[in-house]
Amino acid sequence: MSSDIYKDIILDYYRNPRNFGDLPEPDVRAKDSNPLCGDIIEMQLKIKDGKVDDVRFKGKGCAISQASASMLTEVAKGKTLDEIKALGKPDVLNLLGIDPGPTRIKCALLGLKVLKLGVYGYLGQAITEEVKQLV
Amino acid sequence: MVTKTTTINVPKVREDFPILNRQVNGKPLIYFDNAATSQKPKSVIESTDRYYREYNANIHRGIHKLAEEATLAHEEAREKIGKFINARHTEEIIFTRNATEAMNLVAYTWGKANVGKGDKIVLTIMEHHSNIVPWQLLAQEKGARVEYVKIDDEGLLRQDEIHELIDETTKLVCVTQASNVLGTINPVKEIGKVAHRYGAMFLVDAAQSVPHMGVDVRDIDCDFFAFSGHKMLGPTGIGVLHGKREHLQTMPPFLSGGEMIREVHTTGASWKDIPYKYEAGTPNIVGAIGLGAAVDYLSKIGMENVHEHEREITSYAIRRMAEVKEITIYGPKDVAKRVGVLSFNLGDVHAHDLASILDEEGIAIRSGHHCAQPLMEFLNVPAMSRASFYIYNTKEEVDVFMNALEKARKLFAR
Repeated sequence: MSSDIYKDIILDYYRNPRNFGDLPEPDVRAKDSNPLCGDIIEMQLKIKDGKVDDVRFKGKGCAISQASASMLTEVAKGKTLDEIKALGKPDVLNLLGIDPGPTRIKCALLGLKVLKLGVYGYLGQAITEEVKQLV
Repeated sequence: MVTKTTTINVPKVREDFPILNRQVNGKPLIYFDNAATSQKPKSVIESTDRYYREYNANIHRGIHKLAEEATLAHEEAREKIGKFINARHTEEIIFTRNATEAMNLVAYTWGKANVGKGDKIVLTIMEHHSNIVPWQLLAQEKGARVEYVKIDDEGLLRQDEIHELIDETTKLVCVTQASNVLGTINPVKEIGKVAHRYGAMFLVDAAQSVPHMGVDVRDIDCDFFAFSGHKMLGPTGIGVLHGKREHLQTMPPFLSGGEMIREVHTTGASWKDIPYKYEAGTPNIVGAIGLGAAVDYLSKIGMENVHEHEREITSYAIRRMAEVKEITIYGPKDVAKRVGVLSFNLGDVHAHDLASILDEEGIAIRSGHHCAQPLMEFLNVPAMSRASFYIYNTKEEVDVFMNALEKARKLFAR
């Protein structure tokens, strides 16, 4: 039995989220929610030499929001802050392996938004329109 | 006990709704999102089409033939709607955009003129945001208080709190006749009596009741009564505020400008009589005509039959869902106490995931907080799925829905 948008990989990350929980001493925390669904994601980042040294996430919500956030934490590790800034919607869809469609896309992009909020927050830079409009 | 068979000829009713022929994701559409909006029968679609094809004109002031026909059709719709809810006077029917606008109308007119510092507005915890936020804003502006009647474990309003919260300081009591989340039918007539005993005004949000059961505003004896057309087979963009004539006559106007004035001079203006005083600008003429056709359709079936059919479907759905131990149903289990709105959760499957999986099967349900966040907070549930039924739904559709729930359960259980 399979469901088109619930590929095994999404359910796997939802049930066994990678990098879930708290970091001992994060350099920055960011949190946001999708008011429509009530999905919540928090990310905690450890930054070293301009790169993401470690990252954890916490959250509540649908499988798509939680799985995509978890997948992103794996991608983010080792990336420079500029590389994180350059991540976009196609990267997330690529990770998920599906296009969740117009009604669910915001669930998928919440993790990316929070990750970017963390990076901009760490750098003390203003949040760009691109980031604000992700969710 | 003899099982009463439905008095609605469902196969024939289904023929009247063209949209029910369509496929969604390769499956026949099963539309269980009726509490959000209902589908439209041919007679409603044709009535709006006929207006645009045959007698489209602005109403009230035109002298020509088309204007006369359009005005007549618009006012006939008002009359039908008044009779449908047993209004004492046709001019007590004010057309608005929807129930939300109807309640805002009361907040901005009667509310601003009559609610003051220290006054209390009593709501219930199961209200839709549209029957909460206008009162919160009014209370903030005036220094008034908003308090909420809570519910018991069955999802019924707590009688003790009704009597405790409504007191001499209460200016207004606002209650939904049927909850859009729990399905609970509230004893509005009795609550209205308590409100009136203390000299408070009584407003009923009837958005979820008028489409599904017979209502009688004279019997309820409410001061204001609000509902939307699109949830009762009518078009979107048309709603109704019913108010007692004596209130509507003395309240200040809402929106101002064209259509609602008697005379305008450079120094000021005077207002038309009700209902026109509250209907500024060119109204949603086609919406009113479409809603009139919807009322005709429902009247022909009979609201007692509509209610009975939904009770049957809901009772069947509750029975089937009770067989699945992971399913939690919210609201009264006794179908006599509810309308056909069934909110539930399936284990720890998020409501949005469930809605997506059902959508793949051609089944439309709603998921989320249902514009009732205070209730969700009270119940400590972040989101729910909701199936809501209407005259064209069948037990066979409930069976397909149950199979899809089972599919979702298995998918997330691995």
